[in-house]
Amino acid sequence: MDPLNPFDQEWVPVGTWAELALQWVVDNFRFIFQAVKVPFDIVLTALEEALTGAPDLLILAIIVLIAWQVGGRRLGLIAGGCMLAIGLMGAWVESMTTLAIVLTCVVFCSLIGIPLGIVAAKHDRFWAVLRPLLDLMQTIPSFVYLVPIVMLFSIGNVSGVIVTFIYALPPVVRLTNLGIRQVRPDMVEAARAFGASHRQTLYKVELPLAMPTIMAGVNQTIMMALSMVVVSSMISVTGLGQMVLRGIGRLDMGLATVGGLGIVFLAIVIDRISQSFGASARDRGHKKWYETGPVGALRSLLATR
Amino acid sequence: MSAAEIECRNVWKIYGERAQEALQAVVAQGLSKEEVRDRFGCVLGVRDASFSVNQGEIFCIMGLSGSGKSTLVRHINRLIEPTAGEIHVAGARVDTMGEEDLRRLRAETIGMVFQHMALWPHRTLGENVAFGLEVRGLGPAERHRAAETALDSMGLSGWIDHYPDQLSGGMQQRVGLARALAANPEILLMDEPFSALDPLIRRQLQDQFLELAKVVRKTTVFITHDLDEAIRMGDHIAIMNDGEIVQIGTPEEIVTNPKDDYVAEFVKGISRVGLVRAETIMTPLDGRNATEKTVTPESELGEIIDRFMDDQDDVTVLDPAVGAVGRITIRDALRALRG
Repeated sequence: MDPLNPFDQEWVPVGTWAELALQWVVDNFRFIFQAVKVPFDIVLTALEEALTGAPDLLILAIIVLIAWQVGGRRLGLIAGGCMLAIGLMGAWVESMTTLAIVLTCVVFCSLIGIPLGIVAAKHDRFWAVLRPLLDLMQTIPSFVYLVPIVMLFSIGNVSGVIVTFIYALPPVVRLTNLGIRQVRPDMVEAARAFGASHRQTLYKVELPLAMPTIMAGVNQTIMMALSMVVVSSMISVTGLGQMVLRGIGRLDMGLATVGGLGIVFLAIVIDRISQSFGASARDRGHKKWYETGPVGALRSLLATR
Repeated sequence: MSAAEIECRNVWKIYGERAQEALQAVVAQGLSKEEVRDRFGCVLGVRDASFSVNQGEIFCIMGLSGSGKSTLVRHINRLIEPTAGEIHVAGARVDTMGEEDLRRLRAETIGMVFQHMALWPHRTLGENVAFGLEVRGLGPAERHRAAETALDSMGLSGWIDHYPDQLSGGMQQRVGLARALAANPEILLMDEPFSALDPLIRRQLQDQFLELAKVVRKTTVFITHDLDEAIRMGDHIAIMNDGEIVQIGTPEEIVTNPKDDYVAEFVKGISRVGLVRAETIMTPLDGRNATEKTVTPESELGEIIDRFMDDQDDVTVLDPAVGAVGRITIRDALRALRG
């Protein structure tokens, strides 16, 4: 051994330990992880079948109508244009798969992240434990946990959703926590003073007032999920990411460009729609949702007849 | 004498992990606020406060910021838990009450108005005003009717479907009052309700509230940092300093007979003209003859001064039921005016 260069040699076999630990978990607890996959699998399959099975034009129309409803006519046009571009480029089926993965991820991130954020906002100790965990989830490069995820969950779209879930969960938890904590204390106090229980205060005052912040968190989660599309294609997740990855592998500039542009267009559509969900009633001029957009147009049409 | 609607007995509030320990030490050794902070790391919020509010009267709690007045008033509906002491409201004991009873008390018996209105921006005025009824599970029709009545009584008819941000500050606080009145509670707690408004609007709202108070006769606890306001509004005033109630009395008692230097400092700039009554400053007649100029025992200082406009002869205080009871010289009047 060279005394001046002791680090030529491995002293602490962290790699071996990690391998052993993972192997042990795989040998003994793989069934748990396989069980975890089930709900992800159900939602993903349902969404994917709906999105790819339905006629393309129907899906296009639905997306445009949703965009129009939540964000006005301009957003409807933008969404229509983007989706049309994706379809004309020949990336429609792939983009539907990616959309299904992103939506599944958002569903689970919201279902788990928003309650976590609420609990964190109410209990400082819980937040003190949760915060470093979230930091860890955000700072570990996603490549690092691809290997254990594949070992535990195997490859495929469902594993892709789980990887994306881990990566995209923190913002919605953080912003829910922040949103609830930022509600003016006297608003909460007023609710208590008029006899509301903790649950009523949460549902009638705190959550509605925190909603713009929570929706900003959901929006961030969606964007992070989209940014994982290419990375997760490495564990053979299909969709737009796979087009890009294949394009890189074969140096097929055309394929990579189509995949890349598809991701960009899809990102624009999802981002704008989810941001519009977060706009407060005050920004919309205090109109009820059913008084605007296609529903509003339909209602006024029916009313005039 | 009407019955006490609200009564606080020896209420203490100490914030901090070692509150109970600190309480014992304070009671035993009479520590100051600073000593409590240094020795126990606790903050003394309210120190041994006792007061009672009669049915239908307006009771003002006056103190500077940090004097514990807002903390004290929140004990009445237990938004803040007392460290020690008893609180009785409308015949029930609040400090030991169960959660469900407490919620009913808050929704049905006590209405509260907040300094910064605290109207919920995502709810229409109707939904704001009827919130207390909503959490009690009343139906939409009943809520709408109650909200309409309450808004009408504050001169806000027709605004029921608008949102708080479409209203001016003064109107918002009228909504705050309507919300407090919607469930027709017996008691109103008002935490500096008019402090955030500009002076003209504040004056208007004070008048409007006094008008209203004459009609509805709610037992009211009114918090303010402004002694002028306390004197205008209050039947009784409690003055707080450093978490302690320094003096309780009618406005006249506080102004004419301040208990210590702290209170005296406050009342120095207060006009006595509409406050001091003949009864308070007269000297007994003691066999002297009654003069031509007379006032009643209830006459205020302003009226007495008017009597001295033409000449400086003494004024006789004439009780319609008893006859002449005392007299006031111009010196008495001037001294009373000076305070």
